[in-house]
Amino acid sequence: MDAILEVSSISKSFPVKGGWGKAKGAVSAVKEVSFALQEQGTLGIVGESGCGKSTLARLLLRLIEPDAGEVRFRGNNILELKDSELQQIRQSMQMVFQNPYSSLNPKMTILDNVAFNLWVNGQSKQEARKRAHYYLEAVGLPRSYAGRYPHSLSGGQRQRVAIARALILEPPILIADEAVSALDKSVQAQVLNLFQDLKKEFSLSLLFISHDLNVVEYMSDEVMVMYLGTVVEKGPADRLYSSPYHPYTQALLNSAPSMEVGVTTLNKHTPIKGELPSPLNPPSGCRFRTRCNFAEERCAHQVPEPVKVGPGHEVACFLYETGHEARVVS
Amino acid sequence: MVQSNTGAVAEKSIFASQPKEESQLRLFWEVFYRNKVALVSLIVLFLIVASCLLASVLAPYDPLDGKVTERLLPLGTHGHILGTDEQGRDIFTRILYGGRLSLLAGVMPVLIAACIGGFLGVTAGYFGGVLNTVIMRTLDIFYSFPAVLLAIGISSALGQGMLNIIIAISIVFVPPVARIAESAVKGVMAEEYIEAAKSSGAGHFSIIWNHVLMNIFSKMFVYSTTQISISLVLASGLSFLGLGVSPPAAEWGIMLNNLKQQIFINPMVTLIPGVFIFLSALTMNLVADGLRDALEAKK
Repeated sequence: MDAILEVSSISKSFPVKGGWGKAKGAVSAVKEVSFALQEQGTLGIVGESGCGKSTLARLLLRLIEPDAGEVRFRGNNILELKDSELQQIRQSMQMVFQNPYSSLNPKMTILDNVAFNLWVNGQSKQEARKRAHYYLEAVGLPRSYAGRYPHSLSGGQRQRVAIARALILEPPILIADEAVSALDKSVQAQVLNLFQDLKKEFSLSLLFISHDLNVVEYMSDEVMVMYLGTVVEKGPADRLYSSPYHPYTQALLNSAPSMEVGVTTLNKHTPIKGELPSPLNPPSGCRFRTRCNFAEERCAHQVPEPVKVGPGHEVACFLYETGHEARVVS
Repeated sequence: MVQSNTGAVAEKSIFASQPKEESQLRLFWEVFYRNKVALVSLIVLFLIVASCLLASVLAPYDPLDGKVTERLLPLGTHGHILGTDEQGRDIFTRILYGGRLSLLAGVMPVLIAACIGGFLGVTAGYFGGVLNTVIMRTLDIFYSFPAVLLAIGISSALGQGMLNIIIAISIVFVPPVARIAESAVKGVMAEEYIEAAKSSGAGHFSIIWNHVLMNIFSKMFVYSTTQISISLVLASGLSFLGLGVSPPAAEWGIMLNNLKQQIFINPMVTLIPGVFIFLSALTMNLVADGLRDALEAKK
């Protein structure tokens, strides 16, 4: 399978202004993140709140302009496109947003909320509404809902509308940014299954962003773990969940509540200590070192490069440089 | 229930409680109707406006023609129900004709300011950055003058006349309208549907037209309706100071000015134009309150 979307060392930092408009510093939200999304695959991006997941999604669509890096969609670098070309390419990457209560225009009917995307792209209103009906049906909303306003719908129903709105442009890539986080557990499952079904039906490639480890595991073929704007580990979902390598991934998986008794994880003694450091002036070298039980002196000076630890499985940690594996696994 | 595939069952459970189909307009009217104070105010306001518009039919006399023999008649005189002024002109007639100008001076500046201020505020709020700073800080200069003083200054610079009063009040009203619009737009810009619209490839114009304007409308509308009564009072005040219409014409503010000399002779008649200014402004405010409640009821 080919990669439909390739991202290489994309970075973004936001300047923080002091009292007199002078730059006081910069919040490094995303730093040198690279990944590839396979055609019709699902890549899950997981990490704590504030680790740059949502910023990353917005960088891909250029809703926020990246500082550096490359985003290649079927070979074309999106970051070099002019505004008119960008509008074209944006249609092939649609996003489902986190908050269903703010992602629909409250003054438009459900139907128009969905149809809007088509009619701004040159379709007649009538044709757009006809297509909107089709997609509302595809996400499982009865026809009678089309004329309602968003305030009369529940969170799960609104999220379905948001999905229909994303799908109506027939994008090959769907980005779900915490798309189920605001929903009840029972509704979450329905929406997740809807994503799975639609993915098959419309041959979508899915970029699934969530802080919920279980949700990501359920959805993804491949998983990428982010910490404070950097990728610490990425690999096939089954490998990553069964044998996590990076101390952060291990700690993250340990901290997830589990119903199973006597689960053997690689390292039982790595609860994450402390708080996520401020992305304003993040730790030097490895960004996780301040909370890492295995941190050593050079972690502060050098940024660890990704090391290959298995098929498609990469870890950015000095512990796994050739010859060092033994120290952790034991 | 012999046949029931799982999909249909799931669908039923999600959509078990279907809220009744409702029209936004009907809900709006229902909430407004329940507010009796606003409803009565609306009726009074409607009567005032309608009778001013129908002045040429309703008024028994000529507004400019007085009889010297019938000067300063008190309230309730036969044939002159609201009395006559110092030139023997029927007050009731002049109130009706004067109301046209006064109400026009109440509504026009608000409409003009809503268009100009709305445009500036939306531009500033939507595009942000330098454009925002330039527009909003320029408008702040106007803010630094007291509104009444600024209106007096502008209209005395422009000269006497109703049109100049309308222009002056419009200028005074632009900055607050722009500020309301700007803050409302900023609020809307933080919503995810704006991001969704941007990522669908929509241009600035269609985003502003379809998403921004629709969502700031109620805020702008409510604010503008409260401005009408202020505008009415301000215009009457400027007329009272002699900056409005020239003497023979009827207008509530200038009538108040002309009658003020008679306050000891005929105190009740002197108050009539003031009562109408007060009544119009009060009912407008109460109606505006009712409208705000009804508009917010939707959320």
